[in-house]
Amino acid sequence: MSERETQERRHMAVCGSACGSNCVPKDIEGEEEGERLKRLSLDEESSVRRCTKCGEEEARKDCNGLCAGCFRAYLYGKFKLAVTSNAMISPTDKVLVAFSGGPSSRVALEFIHEMQSKALACWDASNSQALPVFTVGVVFMEESNISDELSDQADVAIDQIRSIVSRLSPPSKDLHIVPIESLFSSDLTKLVGSISDATGREDFVRHLRMLSLQRVAFEFGYNKLVLGLSASAIARHVLCATVKGQGYSLPADVQYVDTRWKAPVVLPIRDCLEQELVTLCNIESLKHVQVLDRPCASINGLVSSFIVRLREDNPSREHTILRTAGKLKPFNFNKFSSNQYEYVPSRLRPKFQFVQNGEPNSPEVLCPICASPLTATELASTRCAQQMKGLDIKEMEAFFWSCCQSCHFQILPKEETYMSGEGFFDLLPKPMVKRSLLRDEIKDYLLDDS
Amino acid sequence: MEGVEASEKVKRTTARLCSLCNQRKAALKRPKTLEQICRECFYNVFEDEIHRVIIENNLFKPGERIAIGASGGKDSTVLAYVLSELNKRHNYGLDLFLLSIDEGITGYRDDSLETVKRNEIQYGLPLKIVSYKELYGWTMDEIVKAIGLKNNCTFCGVFRRQALDRGASLIHADKIVTGHNADDIAETVLLNILRGDIARLSRCTSITTGEDGPIPRCKPFKYTYEKEIVIYPFIFFSLTFNTYAYFKKLDYFSTECIYSPNAYRGFAREFIKDLERIRPRAILDIIRSGEDFRISTTTRMPEQGTCQRCGYISSQKMCKACVLLEGLNRGLPKLGIGRKKPGSGGQDQEQSKRLLEKKGLSLHGKHGNVDY
Repeated sequence: MSERETQERRHMAVCGSACGSNCVPKDIEGEEEGERLKRLSLDEESSVRRCTKCGEEEARKDCNGLCAGCFRAYLYGKFKLAVTSNAMISPTDKVLVAFSGGPSSRVALEFIHEMQSKALACWDASNSQALPVFTVGVVFMEESNISDELSDQADVAIDQIRSIVSRLSPPSKDLHIVPIESLFSSDLTKLVGSISDATGREDFVRHLRMLSLQRVAFEFGYNKLVLGLSASAIARHVLCATVKGQGYSLPADVQYVDTRWKAPVVLPIRDCLEQELVTLCNIESLKHVQVLDRPCASINGLVSSFIVRLREDNPSREHTILRTAGKLKPFNFNKFSSNQYEYVPSRLRPKFQFVQNGEPNSPEVLCPICASPLTATELASTRCAQQMKGLDIKEMEAFFWSCCQSCHFQILPKEETYMSGEGFFDLLPKPMVKRSLLRDEIKDYLLDDS
Repeated sequence: MEGVEASEKVKRTTARLCSLCNQRKAALKRPKTLEQICRECFYNVFEDEIHRVIIENNLFKPGERIAIGASGGKDSTVLAYVLSELNKRHNYGLDLFLLSIDEGITGYRDDSLETVKRNEIQYGLPLKIVSYKELYGWTMDEIVKAIGLKNNCTFCGVFRRQALDRGASLIHADKIVTGHNADDIAETVLLNILRGDIARLSRCTSITTGEDGPIPRCKPFKYTYEKEIVIYPFIFFSLTFNTYAYFKKLDYFSTECIYSPNAYRGFAREFIKDLERIRPRAILDIIRSGEDFRISTTTRMPEQGTCQRCGYISSQKMCKACVLLEGLNRGLPKLGIGRKKPGSGGQDQEQSKRLLEKKGLSLHGKHGNVDY
């Protein structure tokens, strides 16, 4: 044992582990200051920095003092904890992973594959084979027609994605490459192009994407949708939503579980920072497709660059933002209903039971475009419009009045835009229109072809 | 070529009529809504909105004594002016006073205090000045010398808050009004999100705060844009009963605090300025988000009590001002700054004392009047 280690042990014995790093052990006080410094600096120079966890391998600079192996284990540990403590995946599930090609969803895919392989190995080894292994499918949404990406880039990306997914077996995974405009009978390019606000356009594409993912999940029989949203992406969303006046609905989009949809959405890598996921991709040579990074003149782009500045100032800022958002009250739909916890061991099940605390569990009314729960004020103006018009209300008006204030401002057409309200409404995908609240209430009186 | 284009542009803009009255020519684009309006409509809409905020939120009752926190800066000067105008115009029945805090910042506060003294004469509102020196025994100049430029804004903010309350009680005020505008509140909402301060996040958008404390304080400028407060005094238009217009420039002091550049709030401020350029209503949207946040019932929130030392409102045993002051007086400038390290309190003091002795610094204990 070196002298330093002896001293450290003695220090521990005297002060205990709660002592801060400022404590100066009594032994060393007697030494000459110069001698001590010399010894310390030699120590720094000669030895290689070891991993702070296993102490054996060399620590990597980009891994917070950990070696490559411990770093991967740390991230996988976060993923596994998120999945198990939120009962995200059950053995009978058919899980659809949304793969954008970027590093975050690449890691999500990799970890889900690992979890699935381990489950398969257990199943192979088990005698009873009573519990099946969950199946995994992958979907890539092809949006080059409605966004400004170059279509030849899209072809290259698709080939790479096919190759990535084909290597992730056994067990093999179905890959669905879906051009977004094939899912709905409307001219989505014209629809998106008619939105004058840049931020509104980006957000609307995002809402269309979710609608499309749900459509694919429904058509192919998947019952869960996995999104590879990192802590950084969530932190960005927190600031974006705040800045758009969506403080009420913000908690809905930042939880581990979101059951507003037919295929509930789960976020298993919600606790991993984007930087960490990019580092992991580099270490493990996980191939991912570079998404074109255009400078965005939108609010979303401004928030992105703001977060980058904050990150440079303090790397844990994103976690703090997430923690703040975590203290906001989630909605009823941010937990699975009790029958979803069928496969959770009984000792853990009480944790998931939804506790009735006397509050009325009235279902939230959702905006048909962005699915945000409406505030009391927004709901009041919807009801007001309904009362004023009664049965005279046109389908288009009913739809517009059901939307939240943010979608009203940045997505719905205003008088001075080139497309009229009717024109816009006619181009909307039918599934989006069907979600409108007022439509629900007047649908018995509508002669429509659905 | 350029000259022709410029004059054509001028022709185009001068031909436009005010979108509110449709009579006079539009003189400016309203920062809040980007509407093109004339000067008169700007004043009307500016003052009218503030009046509606005051009425709809029941900010005042007739007969109340109101202390206007006056720094000499644009917000408090415009506040003093507008409040005294609206008080007369709409018969609020309020007794208005100017309350100014002298933090002891040479070259900044001494100049801005001259402005407030001029405001006292110009608006006919009695002025009370309270200084850090007489309350705490320290000026900001001395504090910055002791602690540097990183956390000085914390000291100033905490001390000012208590100073305002004490000053207000000295003049027997029922309420304090401050010139915090929409930009300030939006910055505070963002700052509290970035810092994880859920307790402050839940309170910072309230238009009236401290109703259960010593003296409530309210912010009539909660929905007023900083840019509009800047525009207002420069093109003030007043019709006398001889119906001739004269331009009056409201007297205010327009330099930033000399110790402010390193404040963390600067991050949020820069972001909001960029945001306003893309979407002006985003400032009000941030405030709306702040109002709509619902805190989870499982979150532990601080409980309100009183300071053991001075009796001021506090969620801890000792109020922040007492903690900071103790730190200053004992030569421990980091006391009360940042998070507490478990079990290292004792060693910290030992270390700091040794450090100070080495540097030859010895700050004698200075105790101001800390009894509230």
